[in-house]
Amino acid sequence: MNIRRNGQSDLVFNIEWQGGQTGAQIDLPDYLARGGYQALRRALATDPAQVVQTVKDAGLRGRGGAAFPTGLKMEHVRDNLELERYVICNADEGEPGTFKDRFVMTHLPFQLLEGMTLAAYAVGANRGIIYIRYEYPEAQASIRHSIAAAVEAGLLGDNILGSEFSFHLEIFSGAGSYLCGEETALLSSIEGKKGRPRLKPPYPTQSGLWGKPTLINNVETLANLPAIIGRGAVWYRSLGTADSPGTKLISLSGDVNNRGLFEVPFGVSFREIIESCGGGIKNGRKLKAVNIGGASGVVVPPHELDCRLEYGACAKREITIGSGAVFVLDDTRSILDNVRNRAAFFLHESCGKCTPCREGLRQVNRIIGALCGGAGTASDLAKLERYTRTMQQAAFCGLGQAAGNTLISSLAYFRSEYEAACRDVQPAAKKEGTA
Amino acid sequence: MLDKGKSVQAIISEIGTSKTALLPILLAVQDASPAHYVNEAAMNEIAARLKLSRSRVYSTASFYSEISLKPRGRNIVQVCVNAPCENAGKAAIIRALENELTITLGETSADAQFTLEGVNCLGACYLSPAIKVNGRLYGNLTAAAAVDIIRQCREGEAN
Repeated sequence: MNIRRNGQSDLVFNIEWQGGQTGAQIDLPDYLARGGYQALRRALATDPAQVVQTVKDAGLRGRGGAAFPTGLKMEHVRDNLELERYVICNADEGEPGTFKDRFVMTHLPFQLLEGMTLAAYAVGANRGIIYIRYEYPEAQASIRHSIAAAVEAGLLGDNILGSEFSFHLEIFSGAGSYLCGEETALLSSIEGKKGRPRLKPPYPTQSGLWGKPTLINNVETLANLPAIIGRGAVWYRSLGTADSPGTKLISLSGDVNNRGLFEVPFGVSFREIIESCGGGIKNGRKLKAVNIGGASGVVVPPHELDCRLEYGACAKREITIGSGAVFVLDDTRSILDNVRNRAAFFLHESCGKCTPCREGLRQVNRIIGALCGGAGTASDLAKLERYTRTMQQAAFCGLGQAAGNTLISSLAYFRSEYEAACRDVQPAAKKEGTA
Repeated sequence: MLDKGKSVQAIISEIGTSKTALLPILLAVQDASPAHYVNEAAMNEIAARLKLSRSRVYSTASFYSEISLKPRGRNIVQVCVNAPCENAGKAAIIRALENELTITLGETSADAQFTLEGVNCLGACYLSPAIKVNGRLYGNLTAAAAVDIIRQCREGEAN
């Protein structure tokens, strides 16, 4: 699978991703030959505050889904008076439809390790943890070998590259929990508890692992740092748009000719992604809907796809870029079946801590089951909307707040399909709805 | 992968008793168990050695999907049940596996050779429909290919 470069020949990752399980890995000699660790060398010769400033200037935002400005997060940790600090890489990639972090860890592990080391230097941390989901044993093995190779080469561990700076990195395996991708649940998980979220504030930057200031970033975010520090904020801003600089890894799946991972600069439209990366819809069928942002993302019809991949433009149209999952549905697919799948997923993954999420998802599943079984009514649709709004507004953490996104967006755009499944809605509406 | 049959004591002395050790210990104990689970005696021993309450160990062990508190088969077959795999033909794969193993999703065969589980996203949507057998990923599956994988497992055990 090739990266589509959209006119730019030089992006952040610059690798031909291979499909399947055995793609070529960029090992340490390869990575050094590509200019790897030049950024760290340069950073170690400057003030850590300068590294933070460059990340701020570059306008990097978190690529795990929340899109928080990374430089600001770094500054919060850096400015904390507590000297024991941690850097944690969130590699608990659980969002259904997302596989970008898997590829970074298996294909470009040293770019991630260099990024983490840069982040640690910038915030003044000497210890780091990569929290990798249990379902990725290949990624765990790749990172384990790469850490050993980096330590061996003096690129990790004590006195990195002969400097005063030391950084020790270890792997922590998840055990099968989507919720542990939520940063405070992830912290609880490392601390040996069940992976339930904590109240924010205090944010992890103030009170993170063991109550110490902690920088938690997604794999893709950290792997952007070597490019930003090595080539500068001005170069980075030449990619993407003024609103959203840089590139995004897109996990493309569903009814397209080429499924796979693609790196695209911000500013391309979703239609371009589906057409030029995905090679159009499989079997010459028509596009019906696209799910953007995974299970916690939205379902939109074709006419929304001219929206540009850009945080501002997407927010205006209530599209969630999230982790960059793009899942394509052709005209044979049932929206209701897909929503039912999402609802079942969230019910399974909800931790049960707060009532809106625990009970709301139970009710949502009951109603969607009734609709799919032909026993739904128009009043059920109103209830679905009400329960989903309650979860969005009152759930304790991001899981419950986002669990209804697919539902609300599909109710807005594909209401006729819901109505067609209700036994008390007029046949005229039914006829229109059954695709 | 740890050796099968390794004792809880040996695992704890390897991983240590630091505050972060609980989850890694539970996973390692499960890996060492031929029936791929963590039993009550093991949880009690872990609690005693880590100086944690038994309820605390159970609370953590029972929270995570990949930790089983019930005995499972020698071979674990996991089918991704999320939307991309569902649209790519998950139902046919599950039907074929259920027929071949004569158990339904979530069950263990009577001879304890196989457990068939539904799991959430394996992060292999570029290969959907995907399954995982004993930790190894198989993608772009057809029903026939899924059955072949099971038969190979059986032959592997017979030899």
